[in-house]
Formats: sequence, C-alpha cells, structure tokens
Amino acid sequence: MSAPADPARGSAAGGAPVLSTAGLQIAFSGRSGRAAARAVDGVDLEIGAGEIVALVGESGCGKSTLARALLGLVRPTAGAVSFHGRGLVYRPRDLKAFRRRVQLVLQDPTGALNPRHTVYDAVAEGRRIHTGSTADERDHVAEALSRAGLRPPERFFLRYPHELSGGQRQRVAIAGALILQPEVIVADEPVASLDASVRGEILQLLLRLRDDYGLAALVVTHDLGLAWNIADRAAVMYLGRVVETGTVEEVLAAPRHPYTRALLSVLPESSAGEQQILAGEPPDPTRIPAGCRFHVRCPVLASGAAQAAGVADRCRSEDPGMLGGSPGVAQVACHWAHAPEPEPAEWAGPG
Amino acid sequence: MDTPSGAGRPAAGPTARRGRPGLHPAVRYLGGRVLTAVVSLLAVMVTSFFLFRVLPGDPVAALTQGRSVSVDQLEAMRRDFGLDQPLPQQFVDYCLGMMTLDFGMSYQYRVPVSELIAERLGPTLLLAGTGTVIAAVLGLVLGTRSGWRRGSLMDRVDTGIALTLWSVPSFWLGLLLIVLLASGAGLFPTSGMSSPGVEGTFAVALDVAHHMVLPVATMVAVVYAQYMMIMRSSVLDEMGADYLTTARAKGLRDAVVLRRHAVPNALLPTVTLIFLNLGRVVSGVILIETVFAWPGLGSLFYSGLRVPDLPIVQALFVVFAGSVIIMNLLADLVYPLLDPRVRT
Repeated sequence: MSAPADPARGSAAGGAPVLSTAGLQIAFSGRSGRAAARAVDGVDLEIGAGEIVALVGESGCGKSTLARALLGLVRPTAGAVSFHGRGLVYRPRDLKAFRRRVQLVLQDPTGALNPRHTVYDAVAEGRRIHTGSTADERDHVAEALSRAGLRPPERFFLRYPHELSGGQRQRVAIAGALILQPEVIVADEPVASLDASVRGEILQLLLRLRDDYGLAALVVTHDLGLAWNIADRAAVMYLGRVVETGTVEEVLAAPRHPYTRALLSVLPESSAGEQQILAGEPPDPTRIPAGCRFHVRCPVLASGAAQAAGVADRCRSEDPGMLGGSPGVAQVACHWAHAPEPEPAEWAGPG
Repeated sequence: MDTPSGAGRPAAGPTARRGRPGLHPAVRYLGGRVLTAVVSLLAVMVTSFFLFRVLPGDPVAALTQGRSVSVDQLEAMRRDFGLDQPLPQQFVDYCLGMMTLDFGMSYQYRVPVSELIAERLGPTLLLAGTGTVIAAVLGLVLGTRSGWRRGSLMDRVDTGIALTLWSVPSFWLGLLLIVLLASGAGLFPTSGMSSPGVEGTFAVALDVAHHMVLPVATMVAVVYAQYMMIMRSSVLDEMGADYLTTARAKGLRDAVVLRRHAVPNALLPTVTLIFLNLGRVVSGVILIETVFAWPGLGSLFYSGLRVPDLPIVQALFVVFAGSVIIMNLLADLVYPLLDPRVRT
C-alpha cells in the first residue's frame, strides 16, 4: 500500500505519469436557472515522477478547482483523474488510500492549520489517520518537521499556529503533508500569502524535496516568475482550459499563445516590448465564448494580425481544442500560432 | 504577522511581551475582567434603586387597598418601611444594606428578603437549569446538523420549526400546553412544583419531575432556537475554512472532519452565548414561573412588582443582573482555556 517515493529524479520526458487527468471537466450547477459554471472545461495534464509542473493562470481560470479535483476533493463532471494510470475511485476507502500518496498544500497557512491544534497535532494528524497512533509517532513528526526546515523540531511541538511566522506556518503545513511520504504534492499558490523574503525559502524547500526525495509537485500559481524559478514544465490555463503547455523555457521564453504573451508582457522585467493590457470583459465560466475561448479579448485578433494570417473566422467560430497533457512536446491551442504565416518568432522572452 | 524570519527558529518567546513589568499577563487579564464586572455591578445597584422608585404606584396605598386605615396608621407604615426618609438618606441606607447583603424586609411578607430569595432560588435553578441544559444540547445538535448540510430539506424544516417556536410568546405556549395537556388531557399537573401528601425521596423526585415537564418543555421550545442558530452560523463560518480542506485531503472522513475540526472551533462563540444564558437562567423564566405558578424567583419578582414591594424587586433586580455579570465574567475566564489564540 505504501509506495516509497522514487528517489530517482525523473525528468520531464519518459516514464509513466504519476498523476494525470484526461478530458477533465468540472461544472458547478447554477442556482435557479442560471447557467452552470464550467470551472474546468476539458483538461489533459500529466505530472511525471519527480517533476515540478506549474499551472499558471489568472484568478478565476479554474486552476484551484483543477488542483482540488486532482486530490479527489471535487468530483469531475466528466473525464477522469488517474493515479499511476488507474482512474480514481470515489469511494471513501479508495480515496483514503489515494490521499496517503498525494498531498495538498494550500495558499494561506493561517487558514490551513486548525488554530486550536498544536504543531505536533497538525503534523501528526495525517499519520494518525492512516497508521493510527504508534510509539514512533514522535520520531516521524520530528523528521517531517526537520525535512520541512523547522529545526530543532522539538521546539515547535507545542506551539500553536498563531505563535509562528507565516513562513514557519507554511513549513508546518508542508511537514503535515510530508509525514505521509507522498509521491506528489499539489500546492495551491503555496507562497502567494507569504512575505517576499520568505517565498524564496519555501520554493527552495520544494526544490530540495524534489531533489532529495523525488517528490513530484503541481504548483498552482498566478506568478510567472515563480513558475520560471521552480518548474520543469508549465501549463497556462485560461477559462477552464490549458491553452499552452511545454517546458518552462518553451512556454515562458518563447510563448506562442497571445494570452501567455499578454501575461508575460506586463511583468516589470519583461523585454517583450510594449505592455499588452487585456481589454474586454473578464472571463466568466458561466458564459464561455464560442470559437476560441480567448478570442473576445485576444490582442492578435483585435490588431488584425489574425485577419492577415487568414484565421480570424476560425478564431471566432472554431474551438482550437484541448491540448494533450504529455510532456516533451510544446503545444499551443491557437489558430493563429498554428497558421503558417506570419511566424510569431520575433518574441524575446524574459531571461 | 510575526517576524518574517522564516527559517528554523521559533519566533520570540512569551518573555518578550509588552505591558507593565512584574505583572503576569494572565493576572492582568483576570484583574481587568474582574474590575469590569465590579463596575457593572455597582452601576446595576444604583440603577435598581432609582428604577423602581420611578415606577408609578405607592406601596403603602397598594397594601392597604380596600381597608379602612387611619392617616396615623399610614404614617406608621411609611416610617416602618423607611419611606418617610428623604431620598438621599434612603439611597445611603440602601447602599449600606447592599454592601452587607441585607436587602431589607419585604413589605408584603414581613420577612427578610434574603430569606425569601434563599427559599425561592432552588426551584428556579432547578427549572431554568434543566431547561437551559436541554435547550443547549438540542440546539447544538440540531444547529450542527443544519450548518453541515446547509440548504437541505432537513436544514430548512429544522430551522423553520425553531424560528416559529422562537417567535411564540412563552406565556401563550405555556397556557396552551396547560389547556391541552394538563387540564384537557389530564396528563400533567396544571401548576405548582409538588403535590401534597407525597413522601419518600424517590416519590418526591418523581412528583417534582412530573410537575416540571410542561414548564421545561415550554422553556426549551422557546429558547433552543437561539443556540441552534448560533451553532448553525458558527458551523457555516468554519465550513469554508481551509483547515477542513487540509484535513480532508489528508484522508479524514467527512464525519470525522466535522467532529474533530469543525465542531470544536464552532463551539467557541456558542460557549459565550451559553454562559450569558446561564446568567439569565435566574431571571429568564419570570413569565413561565408565573404561568405555571412555579414557586421560584420569577414569580416572587412578579408578586413584588405588583405592589411594588421595593425591597424585593430591588434585590432581585441586582441578583438577576449580577448573575448575568458573573456568568459573563466566567465566560471571559473560560474562553482562553478553549481558544489558544486568546491566551495572552
């Protein structure tokens, strides 16, 4: 039942994915006649062993819902989440076994820790759920805390979350995940609520866990810089669907999707020339546009470049489709990027 | 938040706290709360004296109503009650009496008020205490269920029933129960606390319990809604909390997440409410005691108010308010034991 984490550092390509989704759709039914919100609308995503994947997108694009679905916390409307190639079974017992091997780290550690539980209880809880209270529980808690960078661990045992700093709290949350020796950690904006000075430390911690224990991670973020710093691969999500995927270098240094470009262009250190502030209505998952879901805000379409490439009509009427999740190949869901001409090659990425 | 020194050292320990040197934070907390309570109690004492003198009605006239009494006899009664003194002198006497727990003589019963209170306290505590415990348990259980399954049919039905009963006047419900179940069906006694001629500890207990059914049922029906609604909304507040997601993601079953995480934290605000209500246990049942002729403080207050029997109403007012203040103080003292965040 317990699978020790594979210490071999699997790289982006090759090997069966640990955690993957196929055609995943999640809709939240609307109240009394309002249209359902399609938070996740067809996503194929793969996370390989020892791989760190960044899921990038603006708020409301469905990335947190996707993260929760990966843990079986939200049941998909259609499609499936697979772990080691086997579809998730949503029976309590199967979910429990699954959750021993895939763990969640949330954005705000202040909320993610029960304020009335001590650090020891918070970290030990996962182990108690799956193996009960054992004599060596203390050692395991101590080890998890020191793996999360809280040393000496004994000094933290009896502290309450409110006595710790934000970074320490997030380390406690991570230790609570680590004590189960998971294969994958799904981290939903793990540093967004932390001080800038602490962010780097937490990201370093995730990288070190990958290097030392072969821990794979899906890092959900709206921060492209963060994705650049820690991820092997990146998937850009817009309105419930992944619109561009590839290695971090491919996606962030040579973006092909107009949405990715727009996101990158507003970074302060961007060398992408002029900033593209996206106009038009903000994305609303209850009303996903026909055709390419980005076309109503697409700067390429608005500037006439898509017209020049002869794809403007397809942008408005034809869905560019879902991207396969397999690593190794850079993919983009954009008619214009796939158009033979003009080559969108004059892009110079950050870094 | 705290220090941003994220690395492996705990933040500054409890030694680095501001405040007057040499005074333990817990002592300061305690002292502050006790001081607040004492000030409130003094304010209540002063209010009580003037409040009932503003009320219309002359005790002497009320007590001698329908009888032929001479002016001299009226004067004698006034002197007896101390009502011939100027108001400031009465106030000083009242305050001195309060300080020594001497509440004076009742005008109508001609016995010390403290004796009356001692005699009536037991029945009130029995009735109201039982009612409060049952209402609190019922409210907490139903509120938890409703909050956890918000919007379900069960939630809507339970909430609807509770709010309907909450808006029913207790004396009306009491009268209705008497008419239906006591004098109508004859299942329960209509009034009082015991039947004459019952002997033996067990038989007496059973008899009192039998008398308690209707008043307690009335009280529970009317008040459980507030515990339920508070618990429901606290559970709802906790429902969105991330730590519940964390617990689920670790593999905890839903029922256990509720029991181990949501309910203990949702109980915090409810505990305060329960303590405040324990204070009102003494005063909250005036109407019910009157309707069921329960020999408690509430009916004593009611009979005192009709005269007005100033020593009785003054003393009871202070006792009622004082019990709320003391329970409030206790809630403040208990809260830090339950919530580590309030511990200073």
